Amino acid sequence: MIRLLRGVTGAAILFILLELATRADLVNATYLPPASTILAATGQIATDPAFLGNVGGTLLAWGLGLLSAAAVGIPLGLLLGSSRRSYLASTTAIELLRPIPSVALIPLLILLLGRGLDMRVLLVAYAALWPILFNTIYAIREVDALARETARAYGLSRLAILRRISLPAAAPFIYTGVRISAGIALILAISAELIAGGGPGIGTWMISNSETGVPRELLYAGIVVTGLLGLAINGLLSAGERRLFRWHHRVRAAQ
Amino acid sequence: MSVRRPLLEVAGLEYRYSPDAAPAIHDVSFSVAEAEFVSVVGPSGSGKTTLLRCIAGLQQPTAGEVRIRGRTVRDVPEELAIVFQDYGRSLFPWMTVRHNVELPLRHLPVSRGERTDRVEAALAEVGMADAADRYPWQLSGGMQQRVAIARAVAYQPRILLMDEPFGSVDAQTRADLQDMALAVWRAHGSTVLLVTHDVDESVYLSDRVLVLSQPPGMLAAEIPVALPRPRDQIETRASHDFVELRAEVARLIRRAAPAD
Amino acid sequence: MKVLRGIGLRVSVLAAVLITWQLITVLVDDPVNWPTFADVIGRFWTRWLTNPDAWASSLAPSLARLLAGWAGAVLVGVATGTAIGLSARARDVLGPIVHFLRAIPPPALLPLFIVLLGIGDGMKAVMIAFGAVWPILLNTADGVASVEPLHRDTGRAFRLPFRDELWRVILPAAAPRIFAGLRISLSIAVILMVISEMVATVNGVGFELVQAQRGFRSLDVWATIVLLGMLGYALNAVLALIEAGALRWHRGATRTAE
Repeated sequence: MIRLLRGVTGAAILFILLELATRADLVNATYLPPASTILAATGQIATDPAFLGNVGGTLLAWGLGLLSAAAVGIPLGLLLGSSRRSYLASTTAIELLRPIPSVALIPLLILLLGRGLDMRVLLVAYAALWPILFNTIYAIREVDALARETARAYGLSRLAILRRISLPAAAPFIYTGVRISAGIALILAISAELIAGGGPGIGTWMISNSETGVPRELLYAGIVVTGLLGLAINGLLSAGERRLFRWHHRVRAAQ
Repeated sequence: MSVRRPLLEVAGLEYRYSPDAAPAIHDVSFSVAEAEFVSVVGPSGSGKTTLLRCIAGLQQPTAGEVRIRGRTVRDVPEELAIVFQDYGRSLFPWMTVRHNVELPLRHLPVSRGERTDRVEAALAEVGMADAADRYPWQLSGGMQQRVAIARAVAYQPRILLMDEPFGSVDAQTRADLQDMALAVWRAHGSTVLLVTHDVDESVYLSDRVLVLSQPPGMLAAEIPVALPRPRDQIETRASHDFVELRAEVARLIRRAAPAD
Repeated sequence: MKVLRGIGLRVSVLAAVLITWQLITVLVDDPVNWPTFADVIGRFWTRWLTNPDAWASSLAPSLARLLAGWAGAVLVGVATGTAIGLSARARDVLGPIVHFLRAIPPPALLPLFIVLLGIGDGMKAVMIAFGAVWPILLNTADGVASVEPLHRDTGRAFRLPFRDELWRVILPAAAPRIFAGLRISLSIAVILMVISEMVATVNGVGFELVQAQRGFRSLDVWATIVLLGMLGYALNAVLALIEAGALRWHRGATRTAE
């Protein structure tokens, strides 16, 4: 309760400071509009169907990319996590690919796929793949040992062990990987729009607005909306984490 | 026994972890004279560590006060050093043994040369001169506790507080550390207040044993130990007086424990 | 023996991947979109590795922006994180603001920063710093808040002045967490360097990448991606080296604890 109160106080103080800074001409209002103006602009675009269409465009690429990353990353992680040999064999390829900053692939993907949705989805999926893949690999490796030995002693098959023991025990870690990837996916979805333009998206909206010189508060409002979007995505996934894995002590330990 | 002026006085000390909780220690009063070696024993949960932390100024008592040479303690007093039970977590793993011992001296008004001398001397005194450039985690538990004692010795405190300092080492190491602590105490003429749950240890080391009761910790008894010094692990422990005293302290602790 | 076999397996897999790439691209025979491995490496060699002009005109400005921005993030992140970590009240007051700012995908700030700060090096450094600061700040706050209580007590019992307590107790104790934050933030910084150079500049690796794409010079695009991969790898390796030196005690201490 006291924490909530303090948090609200902090936000209120920041709001008032920003408001006063521009009202008292400490900061040029063309650079930083008053906080209340930004807030009003946020309300305005948050109810504007055209802007919401752009948000939808970003979320579509984000969702499809994240889903594809999970669809590839989880099975691949299960395989690499449970077989030492396949892991060894693939680390070289992984270590070659991973250091490539994902945004560097945007120009290449534009050349190969054009500026459409498939390019964005592929880019988002590529960047979102890594946390999911690594969390799955490490989770499967960590779970195993004792639980697996026990299960084998009771005569369970390899597949049954995977399904009944390894997967449930690894699920919280895999989920954490997905949650981390969700944030990265949003960054990449917007990056792709900024650079490639093309279809509707928050990034496309921002770039075109900054070039046509719309009122500054609209740009700020767009940022506030993306921030809220990021908060909402993380909040929803965290809430899901707590609901799904209440049994899992690590969730509580991590709070 | 000659009358020595009290260096440390504890008067009506009480500590509660929260206003509505039962006190962990209640109305504890005693005093320790200059150059005296005093032990506090008691059943587990009798607030021994709480008492020590209040004296060290790490916790503020909820009632009563601690005085050093007549002055009330409000913050950590200057003339005091402390050796914690958990040497593994009280030594800093990112510093060598030498730097661990040196750290508290850095803010004292002593020259760099004297600082180095003090560190060398303290390490030599506890038999750790050769380990100065190693890290704590490269040493055994007993050796780490020696370093912790060297750190306190180098600080040259008037009062040395020790919280179960030999609680987590094996029996032989423990005997060695006890004799080393006695040697250090004698060499420096310092005042030691030691908290322990080991009855033998309290009698073997001390001039006086204070017995705390079961919670809320109150002072249940105060037993002078008039065994001759220097003491010896085998001779002293075999003496009739030692056996008698040990039995008396043990009986007091049993009485202090709750009847269940 | 086992280690050797592991290395052998990895090398042979790597060779297999590269040979497959070479074979497929030769068979597909579409050098514009799918250049062969040999072509890409050849171009990487002539365009970047053995080309001092490209180093001076592209790589150097990129690295300068990257390091300036990242250094800013390190300074602000460690300082603010320490302050927040030391005070539960500061954590409560600033927590929601920090979480909101962190939730903003940094590229979304790019259009605004261009309008406010222009397209100069300063804007890019600010952009990089803004995106890279959060992992450092949060990890530092977390590390500082969870310093072993007995370490703090020991510092207090010996009346260490705050300066000594901060530099010799609190920050070393939090260092493993701080380094974890530094590693994450460095890869974010590389991403932001590239993207800020793609949108607005006249030089830099990101700029070259976009120019190559606009001119449909796909071989240059591939070669530049190889360069960026190597850059990411090298930066990470340097940081890992520094970390290994600074945290030698940590590895030793945790190994003995097991």
